[in-house]
Amino acid sequence: MEPAEAIHLQNAVFGYDRRNPVLHVEELVVKTGKRVFLYGPSGSGKTTLLGLITGILQPQSGSCQVLGKEMTRMSMSARDQLRGSEIGYIFQSLNLIPYLTVQQNVALPCHIHARRRKNIVAPTVDKEVERLINRLELDTHLDRGVKKLSTGQQQRVAIARAIIGKPSLVIADEPTSSLDTDRQQAFLELLFEVCEEAKATLVFVSHDKSLMTRFDEQIALSEVSRVSA
Amino acid sequence: MILQLAFRSLWSRKFTSGLTIFSIALSMLLLVGVDRIRKGTQVGFEGTLSQTDLIVGPRGGSLPLLLYAVFHIGTANNNISYATYQHFAHHPAVLWTIPISMGDSHRGFRVVATDDNFYEHYRYRGDHALELAQGARPEGIFDAVLGSTVAAQLHYHVGQKIILSHGLEGSFLKHTADPYTVVGILKHTATPVDRAIYVTLLGDEAMHLGWEHGAPPLTSIPGSQIHASDLHVSEISAFLLRTKSRIGTLFLQREINTYKPEPLTAIIPALTLEDLWSVLSAADVALTLVSGAVLVVGLLVMLTALYTALNERRREIAILRTLGLHARQIFTLFILESTLISALGAIIGVAAAYAVLFLVRVPVENNYGIPLAMVGISARVVYYVIAAVGAGTLLGFIPAIRAYRNALVDGLNAG
Repeated sequence: MEPAEAIHLQNAVFGYDRRNPVLHVEELVVKTGKRVFLYGPSGSGKTTLLGLITGILQPQSGSCQVLGKEMTRMSMSARDQLRGSEIGYIFQSLNLIPYLTVQQNVALPCHIHARRRKNIVAPTVDKEVERLINRLELDTHLDRGVKKLSTGQQQRVAIARAIIGKPSLVIADEPTSSLDTDRQQAFLELLFEVCEEAKATLVFVSHDKSLMTRFDEQIALSEVSRVSA
Repeated sequence: MILQLAFRSLWSRKFTSGLTIFSIALSMLLLVGVDRIRKGTQVGFEGTLSQTDLIVGPRGGSLPLLLYAVFHIGTANNNISYATYQHFAHHPAVLWTIPISMGDSHRGFRVVATDDNFYEHYRYRGDHALELAQGARPEGIFDAVLGSTVAAQLHYHVGQKIILSHGLEGSFLKHTADPYTVVGILKHTATPVDRAIYVTLLGDEAMHLGWEHGAPPLTSIPGSQIHASDLHVSEISAFLLRTKSRIGTLFLQREINTYKPEPLTAIIPALTLEDLWSVLSAADVALTLVSGAVLVVGLLVMLTALYTALNERRREIAILRTLGLHARQIFTLFILESTLISALGAIIGVAAAYAVLFLVRVPVENNYGIPLAMVGISARVVYYVIAAVGAGTLLGFIPAIRAYRNALVDGLNAG
């Protein structure tokens, strides 16, 4: 039974030291299955917010529900478990483990979490990696090192890794800002398609408003957070 | 999973990982090499002579007596009279004796005059007896038997005539008047026995007929004119002895050491060898300390390499965290890397030490006459390996704790 809300933060306060909160979210709701554009200029606490949503950080007060689970009441390793098995994450750049091949990078979540391995479409993890790489139109050798790939190719490998094993939530932190404008559109298109196929909720964080019209919902961080940088 | 990551991470830094493993392997090679060569020499020396209860020679140091009588290292200063030898050879407590007379050489190899007892009773490495590979025991005055190394290095064969030199290597005085005939070649024993030429006691006397003053006689008598009946043995250098009972050994040793007619020294070979090892143990300790220091340097090199790589790896840690790896798994990853490096280094080092030991064994034995036995893994080697891997793992805690903290504090910010 899927909860209706993928993310629900209420009065969540976080600061690296207690007296100086860097983030205070009064209310943030992301509905399940939506594609949400989270807008915030750099330094507005985006990464901190994503840290709370992924359970890497814990709010000092308030509530933080992700995929129907109250993060503030979970142990650190339970949050690690939830993040690894239910959330796909894409960084702005340098998403890949430099000493692993394309194949090994993409397959990583399946090797760490049984739940991701169980959800694959193809009969084996290797086949699933192959399928996703083809799906993302990457004509590269699977057993190549990732350092030789172009930035665009690396970002698409990152999508494959985020989406393998159908996580419920995909978070992308400025994934297009290292790409040029033409590629941004193509990248977004692919990301939408695979999230659709995996039935994953997508939270897309960017400071670039030119992309926001393509999303179901737009949220400005400055409107939900009371602390401004 | 984490282990695979650790392997691949190390592999991606082949150069630094390789250098670190190499430096640890090198120090292990030194540590184990010193230990194994020490042990190998001990086993080799101990294996050279067995079943001999006492070695008897003229009054003097016990170590020199052992070294020249058995290992052909150094020279005898004095001799003992043949009458004394006869006295103890027929002693009721004595099972057998082997007389040894030395002083001559042939192209760098010692010439040992002895009698049939040598071929009959000499034992090495437990119960191995001497065997002839070719020919027969010497019977005539000018018969000689070669140790296997002598025969192999000089390409000698049975029937060959050889000329012995008076004294040791490089002597100008040659016993040219009396050529010897090779009548037999001993089988290989991997002991100093292989590096000597054996003649009869009478042969030794014949060679020195007229040499009573240490110089060649003005008119030498050709060998063909010397007959056994003209000769009598007057002195020998030392003799080996086996008693009928173990308890008899100590009594006999005391009796020999206090023998009135002639000042003698009787030693128990195993005990004297112990003295030798205690003399050498200071050198052993010094070498071990130096090798230990090299190991510490190797481990510090590893620590430096892992610690410097930490900053570049903050991004990697962040990625692994988003993939759901716990902070303690990140910790494990870093610990595994240092453990793998030190374990690989230790294993390669030990393997290299044994390879080196295997390779130098034969040359060392041939060139220096030091018997070096191939010995197995000892407790000390196991301790070294445990110490190296343990220290490597412990040092790995330093970068691992840093990585653990980064994993918690940096969160998604890294890189």
